[in-house]
Amino acid sequence: MKDENRTNLEPVDRERRTFIGAAAGVGASMVAPGVILHAVEAAPRATSVSSDVRWGLAIDTAKCAEGCSACIDACDRENGLDLQTKPKPLSESKWDQQKAVWIRKVKLQDNQTGRITNLPMMCQHCEDPPCVDVCPTGASFKRADGIVMVDRHLCIGCRYCMMACPYKARSFIHEALEGQLTSVPRGKGCVESCNLCVDRRDYGEESTACADACAAEGHNAIVFGDLKDPESPISQLLKALPTRQIREDLELNTGVRYAGV
Amino acid sequence: MMKRIVYREWRIPPARFWGILGILASVIGIGTLSFGYMEHQGHWVTGMNNAVVWGLPHVFAVFLVIAASGALNIASIGTVFRKPIYKPLGRLSGLLAVALLMGGLLILVTDLGRPERLIVAITSYNFSSIFAWNIFLYTGFMAIVIAYLWTMADRQGGPFNRPVGILALFWRLALTTGTGSIFGFLVAREAYSAAILGPMFVILSFAYGLAVFLLVLMFAFAEEGRVIGPKILRRLKNLLALFVAGALYFMLIYHLTNLYAAKHDDFESWLLLHGGIYTFAFWVGSILIGGLLPLWILYHPEKGKNCNWVAAAAALVIVGGLSTMYVVIIGSQAYPMPLFPGQTILESGFGDGVGGRAASYWPSIPELLLGLGGVAVGLLITAVGVRVLQFLPESLADDVVPVDEETLGEAAFAKPA
Ligand code: SF4
Ligand code: SF4
Repeated sequence: MKDENRTNLEPVDRERRTFIGAAAGVGASMVAPGVILHAVEAAPRATSVSSDVRWGLAIDTAKCAEGCSACIDACDRENGLDLQTKPKPLSESKWDQQKAVWIRKVKLQDNQTGRITNLPMMCQHCEDPPCVDVCPTGASFKRADGIVMVDRHLCIGCRYCMMACPYKARSFIHEALEGQLTSVPRGKGCVESCNLCVDRRDYGEESTACADACAAEGHNAIVFGDLKDPESPISQLLKALPTRQIREDLELNTGVRYAGV
Repeated sequence: MMKRIVYREWRIPPARFWGILGILASVIGIGTLSFGYMEHQGHWVTGMNNAVVWGLPHVFAVFLVIAASGALNIASIGTVFRKPIYKPLGRLSGLLAVALLMGGLLILVTDLGRPERLIVAITSYNFSSIFAWNIFLYTGFMAIVIAYLWTMADRQGGPFNRPVGILALFWRLALTTGTGSIFGFLVAREAYSAAILGPMFVILSFAYGLAVFLLVLMFAFAEEGRVIGPKILRRLKNLLALFVAGALYFMLIYHLTNLYAAKHDDFESWLLLHGGIYTFAFWVGSILIGGLLPLWILYHPEKGKNCNWVAAAAALVIVGGLSTMYVVIIGSQAYPMPLFPGQTILESGFGDGVGGRAASYWPSIPELLLGLGGVAVGLLITAVGVRVLQFLPESLADDVVPVDEETLGEAAFAKPA
């Protein structure tokens, strides 16, 4: 099957990736027409994922600019979401509700004060993820480093995780996909969501596509980092700013924190 | 005065039987085609989207699954609660339970994004998932009911009849509660977080299961000219009325507790007053068609005695049941997730309920056909079952059915002192 790429967690693939990684050290390399691997300096992770770190995001909503969509565009490019095409007979409005979205902008207004807030929403990488609890096959899983993601080869597309996620963070692939990125296997009939650029994690890169893009725009509203490292920029930021989890009442201990909501 | 109950295969003329089978098979065929179409194209051809992820197929599937559990009720009343008058109906009750469950599960499976990976669901198990537990509940249910049927039909099984019946009763309650809990466990969804959901599903299952049972029984008997005596008809219709009233009562409690639990009152006022199609489905479908109308028929002094009216009431209960499932399953998904209390969402790139608006969902034809296909599977299994095996009692005329202890009581009561 065309879209049957291996996930980054299977041993076979790890070897392949080591090889590709070595080749890619030189710069961007073309492995197949249309498939460009990222240029990375660091060698791919040889050790297993460790629970010494917990990856997360801190979002300073005061810095998130209205009308800016840099993070979304970057995410779409990074994960091949920009390759989705609307099935011809489908109406635009329906497509809007059916296409996969990993990160979205939300604009809020306080009912009492009228204050406007802009923020990006994505999978909150819950420490106690309801999506993982309910998944019948274990396709939804949490890595030791706190990243919650879907194993595309175990997912049967039951969509129970989507029912369970309090943040509406997940998308179901409603249509056949073509021309995907090797680094991000996706496919019709499966569920997917933000995985904190897990591919970059395995290559030991610094940040996520969204955080990079936001910084490049000069906004710096998204900070990525290790929540367990007290010295990391994200921990420093969380120390300095009052932040909260969305739907704190559910006590999921999310890995994504927001300031100013 | 009590005669031995004789069971006999369903001996309607072959042409008629094959005609019925042909109709069911074509509905199944069309359902299969819809499945193939949805599978090949992907779910974009359905009305489902990233907000309403479970659509009409789940409405049918959940209805069938809980109706299956409810259909077994008749057998339980006969064996476990020792009401001999229900005994002759036990076999059909067991058969229907298995058949409806098969239909419902088939819909669930064919609506998966990757049905071909079903084997994954069986081999790679997540034991913390209530969904996965339900797979055990379902398969166990079938096994137990089949054993139960054996104890009813085989003389050697006789001694085990009651123990197996009791096991089946508890398994069935667990199954319905489990199905209800699939929703109850979703902490995120406003509509579902009420402890009452499980028990409500149990009582709904009683009503739906009995309604289906009654329709099937009446149809099978009428086709072949077997007799349903007024005595048993009265018992069955009173039972249906009781369950329907119970279901109404529970729905009322459910919505009122939600309404008074301050957290949920946004959802409730939306559902009960401003929810458009869902409000309509609730009041007209669930309450009026599925509750008040059948109650009126069943308690009507004349109509309640008439076979056709009782059948109509049962049909209304089924329509109302589907509508209740629609409200419970789809309405609660359409209602926006409460992400930011005290704030209004002005814009969103993913339809988070901008300005509190509900997500849109309109079922597509293939979804409907898939659902009907599942129903037809259940009916086909039943039809073949009663044709080849002795599931149906020869007669349910008053002088054949076992002594009705209640009537005895009434008779004694009616005697002038
Ligand atoms: S935000 Fe949703 S998808 Fe992400 S971990 Fe939490 S429950 Fe799972
Ligand atoms: S859709 Fe996939 S990831 Fe989600 S619960 Fe079902 S099997 Fe698990």
